[in-house]
Amino acid sequence: MLFKDIPIRKKLMRIIFLINGVVLMVTCVTFFIYEFYIFRKTSTEKLATIGKIIAANSTAALAFDNPDDAKEILSALKTEPHIVAAALYDTAGNLFSEYFSGAGMDVLPATSEIKGYRFTRSHLEGFEPVIQETKLLGTLYLKSDLEDMYDRFRLYAFIAGAVILLSFLLAYLLSKILQKSISKPVLDLGATAKIISEQKDYSVRAVRIGNDELGSLTEAFNHMLDQIQAQNLSLSVFTQNLEQKVVEHTAQLESVNKELEAFSYSISHDLRAPLRAIIGFSAILEEDYSSKLDKEARRITSVIKKNAGTMGQLIDDLLAFSRIARNDMIKASVDNDEMVKEIIDNLAMAAQYDHAKINWVIGPLSPVYADMNTIRQVWINLISNAVKYSSKKETPHIEIGSFVKEGQIVFFIKDNGVGFDEKYRNKLFKVFQRLHSADEFEGTGVGLALVEKIVSKHMGKVWAEAVVDTGATFYFSLPAGNVHKKNVIE
Amino acid sequence: MTQNLVELLLVEDNINDAELTIRELKKNNMANNLIHLKDGEEALAFIFGNGTSAGQQQALPRPKLILLDIQMPKVNGIEVLQKIKSDPATRTIPIVILTSSKEDPDIQKCYALGVNSYIIKPVNFESFTVAIKNLGFYWLLLNQPPLG
Repeated sequence: MLFKDIPIRKKLMRIIFLINGVVLMVTCVTFFIYEFYIFRKTSTEKLATIGKIIAANSTAALAFDNPDDAKEILSALKTEPHIVAAALYDTAGNLFSEYFSGAGMDVLPATSEIKGYRFTRSHLEGFEPVIQETKLLGTLYLKSDLEDMYDRFRLYAFIAGAVILLSFLLAYLLSKILQKSISKPVLDLGATAKIISEQKDYSVRAVRIGNDELGSLTEAFNHMLDQIQAQNLSLSVFTQNLEQKVVEHTAQLESVNKELEAFSYSISHDLRAPLRAIIGFSAILEEDYSSKLDKEARRITSVIKKNAGTMGQLIDDLLAFSRIARNDMIKASVDNDEMVKEIIDNLAMAAQYDHAKINWVIGPLSPVYADMNTIRQVWINLISNAVKYSSKKETPHIEIGSFVKEGQIVFFIKDNGVGFDEKYRNKLFKVFQRLHSADEFEGTGVGLALVEKIVSKHMGKVWAEAVVDTGATFYFSLPAGNVHKKNVIE
Repeated sequence: MTQNLVELLLVEDNINDAELTIRELKKNNMANNLIHLKDGEEALAFIFGNGTSAGQQQALPRPKLILLDIQMPKVNGIEVLQKIKSDPATRTIPIVILTSSKEDPDIQKCYALGVNSYIIKPVNFESFTVAIKNLGFYWLLLNQPPLG
């Protein structure tokens, strides 16, 4: 496990252990090095002192060439157990006398050329000149082992080991107690955060332990929770208000819709009944009193009938117009070829205009995914308009087709009729706006408004181009959706 | 003439509509046994016999057809339809709703209650006379009424 992944408690322990270990190690190593040098220095000095004493004592033996005296002097070295060997050389460098502390014979250097003391791997050895006044009589050789030093170092190592062990034990016990002051607030904070995220209870608070940075963190954390709780509260109040408003508005809309339906019903019912009476009784007058009515009287009754009829048509158109906005669309695949053919046949049967003389050019029409009933109304209105406004031509020519443009299917109905002045183009699709008088061409001014409403409800567009007395072309576009989709109510 | 001979019951509050209807039926000799009532209350009293004249309760009248307007004062056409169609003794009497409105929200309800036909009165006089003539011809002459 990486250091950054281990729990904070163990992390703190490890840091304390590491610091403790490094400090002890540095202390011990420094001490060992210091001791090593001090020991070497004192050993050398001590051996030199012994050498000087022995050399001073050996002057007589060398001066008088008495090896027995020399041997005796050297054997006094027994009191110094770490001196393992000693020797005396005469001025010529020949061995004069020798001494060994143990049974083993140590190898003695053959000559006495080297002066001073030096450390070998396991020993300290050196030569001391034997001088009487200013005359050199010979050389003393001394060899000491380093057992003393090794003994002391072993002791030091043992003590250091014990100290390290003890200090680690103490460090462990102390850190176990003291690390809590850091790890506990952090762990508490973590536990609180976990409870909040798991139970979504923002009323829980972390307990602040001290005034240090962790205390500030805990306080900031709690403050943050206060804010979240306050925001949640205002959010839920807001949502409740919103829901309440939606409910109220929906109820209002529903009641307005109901009122509108009731209104439509009474318009349809109450306005149609008197119209039926006006038309009906005018007709009765014409039928039953025809002998008593002169030509002018009959003209007047026919004007009454015609106007009442127009008003009836107007009521029906307006109601159809308002129904478009209220009713749901039931979308399905619409076969426009079939629909247009049927509409033209029906128009021909109604025989309001001389259909035989119309020159129809009908191209293949794309199917669309749309509301069948309202799209039929669009076709009826546009085709009957084309028939109506071209009816005064010698040979009316009406062309119907479709093409695809910018992801939309565009349908067009082109006639060679009276057209319209393009400067009134913006009035074309508005309710009750007419560009021809009722004398010229009958109409209520609702048809194209209805077309516009239906097409825009289908997310499409309507527009028109025209030249006066040459003809008009009406376009409507519908989204090129999937025509094979199942019926969907929107 | 007793009430049992009544062939056609017209329930219509609008006297003008009633006059136009009766005139067209008369013209085609279908108004001989016609009774015109002016609201739903009168219609129910007539059909169920608890009406104005107590002496006429021996046998309940069974017209060949009831022409029923919807919008009427006191008791409307829907209520009349419901009462007649929910009584086993009268439910087989054919009822045709004649309404003025194209915007009627009750068309589904009328069919659910068992109406035999639902006609919207045309504003145009020619269409209206054709409709009444066809209606009378079909229900009074062509259609075979249930027995009893």
